[in-house]
Amino acid sequence: MRSLFEGVPARAAWGLVCVIVLLYLAPLVFGGYVLSVLILCCYLAVLGQAWNVMMGFAGQLSLGHALYIGLGAYASGALFFHFGLGPWIGLIPAFIVAGAMGALIGWLGFRFGIRGVYFALLTIAFAEFVRILFDHWGWVGGSSGMFLPVQNRNIDMDAASIANAFWTLRGPNWVFYYVILTGMVACLVIVRLLMRTRVGYYWLAIREDQEAAQAMGINVLRYKLLAVVISAMMTAFGGVFYAFYNNTLYPESIFSIDRSIELLLGVIIGGIGTLFGPILGAFALTWLGEGLSITQEWFDIDGLKLLTYGVAMLAIILFRPAGLWPWLRRLLGMEERRPDA
Amino acid sequence: MTTDDKTLKPGGGIGRRQFTGAAIAGAATLPVLHPLRLVRAQAPVRVGVLLPRSGFLSAIGAACWRGAELAPNILSDMGLAVEVVGADTESNPDTGRTQAERLIREGVDMLVGCFDSGTTAAVAQVAEQNGMPFVINIAADPAITEQGYQYVFRNFPKAPTLVMRGLGSINNLFEVTGTTPRTTVFMHINDTFGTAMSRGIQALAPRVGVPYEFLDTISYDPQARDLSVEVSRARALNPDFLMVVTRLNDAILLVRECVRQRFDTMGIISPGSPGMYEKQFADTLGPYAEYATTSVPWFNPTSPITTELQSQFVAEFPDQTFELNPGFTFEALMICADAAQRAGSTNADDLVAALRATEIAEHPMYGGPIQFDEEGQNPNIDTVVVQIQDGNPVVTAPVDIATAEAVFPVPSWADRG
Amino acid sequence: MLPIEFYFDAAIKGLLTGSVYAMLAVGLSIIFGVMRVVNFAHGEMLVAGMFGAYLVFVTLGLDPILAIPIVALVMFLFGVVLQRGLIDRFITAPEHQQFLVLIGVALILTNGLDMIFGPDARNVQVPYAFASFEVGPFFLDNVRVYSAITALALIALLYLFFNHTLTGKAIRACADNNRGAQVVGLNVSRLYAITFGIGAACAGAAGCLLIMVIDVTPHLGADFTLLAFTIVIIGGLGSMTGALLGGLLIGVSEAMAGILIQPSLKSSFSFGLLILVLLLRPNGLLGKRSS
Repeated sequence: MRSLFEGVPARAAWGLVCVIVLLYLAPLVFGGYVLSVLILCCYLAVLGQAWNVMMGFAGQLSLGHALYIGLGAYASGALFFHFGLGPWIGLIPAFIVAGAMGALIGWLGFRFGIRGVYFALLTIAFAEFVRILFDHWGWVGGSSGMFLPVQNRNIDMDAASIANAFWTLRGPNWVFYYVILTGMVACLVIVRLLMRTRVGYYWLAIREDQEAAQAMGINVLRYKLLAVVISAMMTAFGGVFYAFYNNTLYPESIFSIDRSIELLLGVIIGGIGTLFGPILGAFALTWLGEGLSITQEWFDIDGLKLLTYGVAMLAIILFRPAGLWPWLRRLLGMEERRPDA
Repeated sequence: MTTDDKTLKPGGGIGRRQFTGAAIAGAATLPVLHPLRLVRAQAPVRVGVLLPRSGFLSAIGAACWRGAELAPNILSDMGLAVEVVGADTESNPDTGRTQAERLIREGVDMLVGCFDSGTTAAVAQVAEQNGMPFVINIAADPAITEQGYQYVFRNFPKAPTLVMRGLGSINNLFEVTGTTPRTTVFMHINDTFGTAMSRGIQALAPRVGVPYEFLDTISYDPQARDLSVEVSRARALNPDFLMVVTRLNDAILLVRECVRQRFDTMGIISPGSPGMYEKQFADTLGPYAEYATTSVPWFNPTSPITTELQSQFVAEFPDQTFELNPGFTFEALMICADAAQRAGSTNADDLVAALRATEIAEHPMYGGPIQFDEEGQNPNIDTVVVQIQDGNPVVTAPVDIATAEAVFPVPSWADRG
Repeated sequence: MLPIEFYFDAAIKGLLTGSVYAMLAVGLSIIFGVMRVVNFAHGEMLVAGMFGAYLVFVTLGLDPILAIPIVALVMFLFGVVLQRGLIDRFITAPEHQQFLVLIGVALILTNGLDMIFGPDARNVQVPYAFASFEVGPFFLDNVRVYSAITALALIALLYLFFNHTLTGKAIRACADNNRGAQVVGLNVSRLYAITFGIGAACAGAAGCLLIMVIDVTPHLGADFTLLAFTIVIIGGLGSMTGALLGGLLIGVSEAMAGILIQPSLKSSFSFGLLILVLLLRPNGLLGKRSS
């Protein structure tokens, strides 16, 4: 606990606890729509946090994170579809497959000295390559998709049924909300703890100056690989969640480059390389999108929403190039005493 | 916020398109006599219509929406009251899901949508979870109605049915025209719909008993920019006719390439896919679009509702063609309005009970009476054979509703331009 | 087994298509080579060019090939304004910020075009759209032959510009040594604006050629951005000859993949090729070896 809150001003810590408690109480107040948007926010925050480990902390630009979502989703989904294995068991192969794929791409990239946009393109190429393979792989349904059987949509409110709903991830929306909210908090804690360990400092050293880090005796390849693997596994968790929440998997949509881009927009908007940036960005962009789609219908002009979305993104990056969180943090007087993470 | 600005209400339309629509409808239509014409219902049922109105499917979403825009007035002339609330899925299942939740929160009584199977599957789950009646306008993936859902109804054939009927009507076409090709090459787009159709054809062709042999199956990428190699591959096999499952853009690319390579066959026939009956296809290809043949669920040109719908459509959207997208969207709304009227309430369970008991004999799309089986699937939708003649899709089979005679084999490319 | 001429035929078709791809990729390559900015809105600019050619065709009845000067000029000005007004501030910013800016531009372009032209596919019907040359056992369609010739001519013109004009040489100097260029008194900011303008004009010209082959909808952009990106990386970022070679290579390899394996797998072929090139020659086939 000490290292979790070390250096954090008391009111920042209390503020954070309050926000999390409020989020946990949300299903008591809000139903369907708000809850489904909150689920989307938390889901994007998890993916953003994962991407942030790789880009924000270890400095490796990936534009193909949809690959790990897809692998996680398909690994757990296929096990459930063919053998009836539940999501929490499916999480293990999902971690293994996504972690291995991350390690492979990372190793190839770092071993051959591929950096910056070249590395980004390598990640896109892998994601697209795997997408096309899944399109032709009959066992997971190919391009006609895989449908996970849906049942237990409405559960009894006794302890056993609730426990069962959480274990099988078959249940009403609030079950999914608690799972993904807890996932989001867990990712936050894990990343925070990692950043307080040696690994975290090495990552920052590599991000700031790879050559210098190498010269100081840091095994750059190993720590960069570690960042990719952790990031891939966290993303795969998001993928498993997506598979059981959405129940319909199409390679076309799950491996799509749009999904890779969607998950990183929030991080850049929120503040890359910060702990709360991915969360703030995911919530801000998702609610902005919702607000805009209502406006779009008001004016009855199709396409208005995404156009405005683009303008808003440009505005934020022009006026707050470091993202919203560093600015908000200063505004709230919640800066940490030590200027890291 | 209030929803008045974007909803389409019978009579009291506010939106800009709606205004002209009402004006034209008031000026130009004579009252339609119709078995469904009953006493005017008290409060209109509010139906949320989810369509991909932006994103990569936006053209089709827009086509479907035209059917929804016409629905309130035409249905109100039939004594059915419906209020349409639109929402955009952005061609993205995740957005479809939250938009469905939002519509439910805004108090709609039923949902209609969503054209693509991915989004439809996501919305079906939301509907089921919220106990919200959901009528699918278009989406062919069989799995959607095979999940044991209680609140989901589909007024569109599943892919295997589509294939079964499609192959059947093609056989029929050969019989009627007295020309039986012996070989074919099957070319299809490798997306969700194309793969489902391709599997269906492989499985069902032997069962239906087709007189021709498949020399090759060529699947191509949905993002294809160029089909020249695919077409030369088919051409090298010299098939009697070409069977295709396409979308719009690739259908145009494909036919253009056939012309350029002077690849003449007895004809190009689709067993049930979009593309070759769309206006853009005929406009772009001109004489080369002629005689392209599709077996597809279609509107019934002899139904008085279709006549009314078509005339209003032409008045409201003079540069568009009335085809199955607006047709099925309209029909889905008609099913909702009819169920609401029989239910006499907007309670979800009453609506579902009414939907289950649906029995509409007179409706715009071709097929038997609209009914739903225990899966919530309407088994009575039939397909017709549509052929482009003089730039318009005309029905050439079955004979009882045909408006033109089928041309097969078709003239060679060189004899057209 | 298909006859051997068949492969030959496919290869030629691939070369023709590849030339148009190269035209598109050259623009991306020039921008990156000089400014070190990856134009993630390149495909969207191509689509804007396609709509431009369509507009010129509908209003003036001009053949898209003849519309190239008009469309390219408009796109050049657009590129200059965009660079001056927006991108210039991000030249030295981290990659992810540049990325976000251009994604924003892409979103605005796509949806702006959607709002102006609507979602329906548009096309230009030239009189020779369905004609083809019969060469022995092959058919080469006029559209593709003409557009390939135009693309190659334009690339040659660009080559001359960069090697034989003062401005062109100055831009190359910026690319080779940015600081050095500043030291000798070149107006780098102005040269960057011209460069971005040229890149956008290339995308516009490629759009004019492409509209004759495929119909345009507002949402085509992203695929072409990726395509251009792939070609440029294979050929070598920043190298014009590399972009040409990459374009031809992708054109031919897609065509060959179309007959050797299932055509729907053919883009996996390009991505496989891309991964190989990245690993074995990270700077592309013709890219300069950097330290």
